[in-house]
Amino acid sequence: MKLLTHNMLTSHVKGVTNGYPLLIKATEVKVNEVEFNPQFVSRMIPKLEWSALIHAAEGLGYRQDLPSTPVSNYENNDDFLHKVHRVLLEVEVIEGTLQCPESGREFPITRGVPNMLLNEDES
Amino acid sequence: MHSMEAPVQNVRSTRRSKEDKKRLKRQIKASHTLLKHEGIATALQPTQCVVVCNGGLGNGVSRELLLEVLTAGGAVIQSLLMPPNKPYSFATFTSLQESQRAHTLCNGHVLDCNGHDVTLYCSYVQPVDGGVRSGPECVSLPPGLCVLENFVSPEEECRLLQAVDWTSHDDDDVTARSEAQRELKHRRVKHYGYEFRYDNNNVDKDKPLPEGLPLVCESVLQRCMCDGHISFLPDQLTVNQYKSGQGVCMVVAGIPPHVDTHSAFEDTILSLSLGAQTVMDFRHPDGQSVAVVLPVRSLLVMKGESRYLWTHGITPRKFDVVPASTAERSGVVNFDPSDLTLNQRGTRTSFTFRKIRHTPCDCAYPSVCDSQRPPSPPCLPVARSDACHLEEQYVHRVYEEISAHFSSTRHAPWPRVRDFLLSLPSDAIVADIGCGNGKYLGINPQVFSLGCDRSMNLVSICAERGFPSVVCDALSVPLRSSAFDAVISIAVIHHFSTQERRLAAVTELVRLLKVGGRALIYVWAMEQEYKNQKSKYLKTDRTQNTDPETSKLTAEHMNDQEQTESESSVRQVHAGKVSSNPADTEENCGKEAPPRLSVHTNRTAFVSQDLLVPWHLKAELKTSPGPVFHRFYHVFQRGELEDLCGCVRGAELQHSYYDQGNWCIILQKTHQP
Repeated sequence: MKLLTHNMLTSHVKGVTNGYPLLIKATEVKVNEVEFNPQFVSRMIPKLEWSALIHAAEGLGYRQDLPSTPVSNYENNDDFLHKVHRVLLEVEVIEGTLQCPESGREFPITRGVPNMLLNEDES
Repeated sequence: MHSMEAPVQNVRSTRRSKEDKKRLKRQIKASHTLLKHEGIATALQPTQCVVVCNGGLGNGVSRELLLEVLTAGGAVIQSLLMPPNKPYSFATFTSLQESQRAHTLCNGHVLDCNGHDVTLYCSYVQPVDGGVRSGPECVSLPPGLCVLENFVSPEEECRLLQAVDWTSHDDDDVTARSEAQRELKHRRVKHYGYEFRYDNNNVDKDKPLPEGLPLVCESVLQRCMCDGHISFLPDQLTVNQYKSGQGVCMVVAGIPPHVDTHSAFEDTILSLSLGAQTVMDFRHPDGQSVAVVLPVRSLLVMKGESRYLWTHGITPRKFDVVPASTAERSGVVNFDPSDLTLNQRGTRTSFTFRKIRHTPCDCAYPSVCDSQRPPSPPCLPVARSDACHLEEQYVHRVYEEISAHFSSTRHAPWPRVRDFLLSLPSDAIVADIGCGNGKYLGINPQVFSLGCDRSMNLVSICAERGFPSVVCDALSVPLRSSAFDAVISIAVIHHFSTQERRLAAVTELVRLLKVGGRALIYVWAMEQEYKNQKSKYLKTDRTQNTDPETSKLTAEHMNDQEQTESESSVRQVHAGKVSSNPADTEENCGKEAPPRLSVHTNRTAFVSQDLLVPWHLKAELKTSPGPVFHRFYHVFQRGELEDLCGCVRGAELQHSYYDQGNWCIILQKTHQP
């Protein structure tokens, strides 16, 4: 699971009103090199919940020195875009869980795939 | 004497005028009936065409008998149209004079028709040549069927008939009699090799009968082998005798429409007709029916589709409607009214040869295959828990089981889905809810596409291909609300078993969209033929699965609607419903059971909206058929997808269309509901 995916995920447990962001409890994290595409990263930044990204990167130890809000004029800041590229697309949680911040329900991540299925009584 | 004669004549003349009146009354009544029931108006002035009421094949008057009356005065007939099953005929004469002569002769004429009287009533009509020929034009035999005339000689026929010892059972005790031989109304049955059990429409494969096939059959069967009709010798014979009736009950017994149990017998079934000819009715599940004349001493060979999919049966009747010309003795009855007459049934004995099957049937017709039917098909759910259970068993589990094979058949994206994805702005965030193996996730590399699927195995395939993807349910998607520029739902919503759940699935899609964002939805259409175009799904030849050499290819083509580029043979498709479940034949009717979901035969028109569609898993070994799984589908009728989406708040229909057997819609989110 890349952190770009994590940024889109939310808890959907019945009755939960504030299920975002999911807490990452990783037991295995990998960094896979991905071709750098500055335009793509620039396009994604306004779509992100920035604080959730920083929080997730921080938890995994890959925040680098990313600020708590995107720098201005980031389209032309290659260094910044590289760092965002790394946390969004290169850091991957292979094994671990995602936890709903409100209900505490945990969802497993196995071989990089989050399983967000709920039991019949939770949905 | 003289004084006596006058009053007698008087009486006779008044009587005759009374009879005339009665006849006229009847004649008028007959012409009214003709108008009311058949829409045929009689002419006030004489024409060259006469309709003869009560002089039809439908009330037991043969062509020969009627011609005798009509031409008694020397009139020359141009044509005599006798529509099947109708109590009237149309005779066209070469001149007005001749038609009037025949009219006078024929009107009120009493025919002796096999012991009962039939009075004919005539009226003039406008020539009807075109009108009555509206029946099926030149019907062809069901695929895989052939009738070989004079397959046995009269001597062989004699020897075969003598070989059946119908009296043997008299000495047997009651149990043995009921097991080895039965008298079914006017039909006698005797089994050789194995007994056919009418209670379960099958044979006890481990209990061969002490008596093998009669020796006299051997030469006949060897000939079938030499001629290539069979590739193995049959080991089971059922002899049926249909006795001609006597006296009042002249109806000759028949056999109800059925498909021979797939799991009981191998493909080719042979049947000899001895003693008399008959007409056998074949019926396709779509409603198409074909009557086939089986002449005496002919051999019927049923193979492939005609053996597995079409029912066959013989209607109990006194007479069969058959072609009058002797040129065509066997084959399809085309019901050309200018060439039909009646054939009185005689005592017919059939020898049906079959080969016991020892492995499950793997034919291409699962809707009628007992080997491929789920043990107990579910009912359509009403309650939520039943719906969950049904989808769990007939959707989720199946996709997990078939995921690898399914994925191998899914690589070409549908062009209009690709167009939609390529039309998105480059900064779009897209969710594919029900992404399968992720075939749409890499279409537009500019955008960020996130896949979701209920199947763990399918999502693993996406992950291996490097596509971001998550396992979740389409009714409860763990993605942020209003975060997506576009969502797609391709061939997903038809897997939900209630209207409520289908609506919930669309509502969930709209929740994910930003205001202004668009959802593209594809569902399978009930209408597989639209604007006179058959979908690729129907165009693909189902029968190719019968060839084991192509099993790999067909395993892909057999399974549902995708990946069907083959333009090979097109099947005729008709509307209508007929149960060809062998369990539904005579022996089992009358038992009350809750309606079960029907199993669809791939590559045929849908007969209901809610059904189970088989997936033939690719076999691991070429020698044995792969297992069959059933997926639940609710196929959408025209307009149904629009109606469903119309119930979702905050979105409006942007565009809807039909694409290769699917109903498709593009919704746009207008506001936060």
